[in-house]
Amino acid sequence: MLVNRKLILAHFWFAFAVFGVALTLGAWQMFIRSPIGTWLSNPELYYRSLTAHGTVMGYVFPTLVAMGFGYAISESALEQRLVGVRWAWTGFWLIVLGSIMAVIPIALGRASVLYTFYPPLIGNLFYYLGVVLVVVGSWIWVALMAINLRVWRKAHPDAPVPLAMFANVAGSYLWAWTAVGAALELLLQIIPVAAGLKNTIDAGLARIFFSWTLHAIVYFWLMPTYIAYYTIVPRAIGGRVYSDSMARISFILFLVVAMPIGMHHTFADPQVGAGFKFIHSAFTALVALPTLLTVFTICASVEIAARLRGGRGLFGWIRALPWDNPMMLALAFSFVMLGFGGAGGLINMSYQLDASIHNTQWITGHFHLIFGGAIVIMYFAIAYDLWPHLTGRELVDVRLIRTQLWLWFIGMIVTTFPWHWVGILGMPRRMAYFDFGDPAIAPQALSVTFSVIGGFILLTSGIMFIVILARGMRAPQVDAGPYRFALAVHQPTTVPVALNTHALWVALMIALTLTNYGYPILNLALGGGTSVPAVYVGAQ
Amino acid sequence: MSAEDTHGSSVAVAARVERRWATIAVIIIVGMALLAAFAGIHQATMPQPRVETTDPSRIHLAGEFVESNLGSVLEANGNVTVRAIGQQYSFTPACIVVPVDTPITLRATSADVVHGILIQGTNVNTMLVPGYISEQLMRFGRTGDYLMPCQEFCSFGHEGMWGKVKVIDKTDFANRAKSGGRLSCVGQ
Repeated sequence: MLVNRKLILAHFWFAFAVFGVALTLGAWQMFIRSPIGTWLSNPELYYRSLTAHGTVMGYVFPTLVAMGFGYAISESALEQRLVGVRWAWTGFWLIVLGSIMAVIPIALGRASVLYTFYPPLIGNLFYYLGVVLVVVGSWIWVALMAINLRVWRKAHPDAPVPLAMFANVAGSYLWAWTAVGAALELLLQIIPVAAGLKNTIDAGLARIFFSWTLHAIVYFWLMPTYIAYYTIVPRAIGGRVYSDSMARISFILFLVVAMPIGMHHTFADPQVGAGFKFIHSAFTALVALPTLLTVFTICASVEIAARLRGGRGLFGWIRALPWDNPMMLALAFSFVMLGFGGAGGLINMSYQLDASIHNTQWITGHFHLIFGGAIVIMYFAIAYDLWPHLTGRELVDVRLIRTQLWLWFIGMIVTTFPWHWVGILGMPRRMAYFDFGDPAIAPQALSVTFSVIGGFILLTSGIMFIVILARGMRAPQVDAGPYRFALAVHQPTTVPVALNTHALWVALMIALTLTNYGYPILNLALGGGTSVPAVYVGAQ
Repeated sequence: MSAEDTHGSSVAVAARVERRWATIAVIIIVGMALLAAFAGIHQATMPQPRVETTDPSRIHLAGEFVESNLGSVLEANGNVTVRAIGQQYSFTPACIVVPVDTPITLRATSADVVHGILIQGTNVNTMLVPGYISEQLMRFGRTGDYLMPCQEFCSFGHEGMWGKVKVIDKTDFANRAKSGGRLSCVGQ
């Protein structure tokens, strides 16, 4: 029952439009700093582009996808009209306004601080206010998801909450809480300085606040992808979810353990001692658990589909899978990229190994592979799957869709594998220019060139994606029927309270954040004497 | 065996397989955490254990990071201490000279924004956050020149912030250190 289709389409279209722009900037950045680009006489243009790319891809694009998908889940999984439609539009317009407000100072070169802010660098006030508006808009969505579930519960006391909605609400709570870290950094530290009320800032404390957001935000980006793994893929390929409870446990684990681990981004920082770094490292290992459980459950669910289609043998069933189905293809690509990216992640989270790749191009390669690869390819799949239900029109060109997915996969591998490699060689991140004439840097030139080719394959694929969706708006009309989610092998009739509600897990999430962050934050905030003068960007 | 029995046993099999996998996953994760703890404690590969602070608006006036104290110094016990600062957009000293096969303590901080020190071809890698002192232990196994880029975005000139580390022979270093003062290889 998708009633508010315009609302969902607005979210998706704005998301994909800004994605297209940011993707183009990304490809340009790769080209301009590579051996085949010519030296950019004004490196500042590169950092403008980098700030825009990060801000859009980190804050705007995935948030809008999660929101649009969230509204679609709420209406179709609960079979209930969205409550608070006017608020939903308000949230959407706040994000549009915030994005525009943030992008103008970036384009003018007044906010080239990158999406990670990096105080004591301070950019134009309106950049930060724009980001705040985007977050506030998304918090309206969080509230609406909770309210809609509540309304449904009242009408269906004791009934199991549909898995898709259970996971969706878990994702929204994760986002609400993880955004608090950056919000504290912005409201308590950066904005007072950007507004001219203060002129010093504690950079160490700011880095800890940001790490609160920086890791769990990745799991917020991941949520729509995992929801698609569990609740769309099995239905789309004719299978069943192996285990409904294991799915719920995975989402709960993400909610609880994605939060208190962000300090693994600060292993090399001087403002935190080794003890808390170790605790965060150990908790980071824990967050691999829900992913390992998911890999098992999804492979098993896919095997069910294959065996229902007549697949046989220990591995022979793999051949029986519907490989011409875009959803199947996207899942397979996503899993391969998740596997490589996850293995790289284990290196990053390890105390000892991190030192050899910290802040090198390895890291850039890592998160592009996980986010741009494993996560975003499922955003494509979600859009393709929902599109006929949103537009009432069929996506006719399945071959083009398959080519687009293939190109995204190949492009991502060709881009990120050389990135990982040059990272091991010690190539630093976020540089507008490299002197490939230097004999010590020259050996990296070939890898960087491959990486650029990958970047342009990705750009081609991204353009194809947008063209396919745009053409889908004019395709012949079709009745796509109600939007449905996958059923479990044993569809639950009752679910234990702990697996049907979020309160306990949200409490645990907050408690663990306080134990893992409380002391370091208080220590830094009360320590004093470490605030340093702000360095204003674009002020000269 | 009735259909009901077959179904019941397949449910049991499904649950058992799932439980096994969950157990394996937990073992892998606990194993990794223990490995990190072992390597950290037994081989002392820990990140910087202590937090030290400094006032960046005064570092050039007094204390450890005044200009005359930057560079490499041979300590009485034969170890070497290197003191350096990062500022937009260079390191001081821009070329660090150290002896081979010697325990070296790098102590560094930033005079303005966040920077980072990365020595290519090694696992020396630390952040420089203004207000805090970074300390890293290192030891070079072979002589030669190493590039030392700033690894953290520090505004528009970041791409030009490259330093160098020159690892030289032990006796050569000892000879240079005889005259006292702080050594560097700037201009060499």
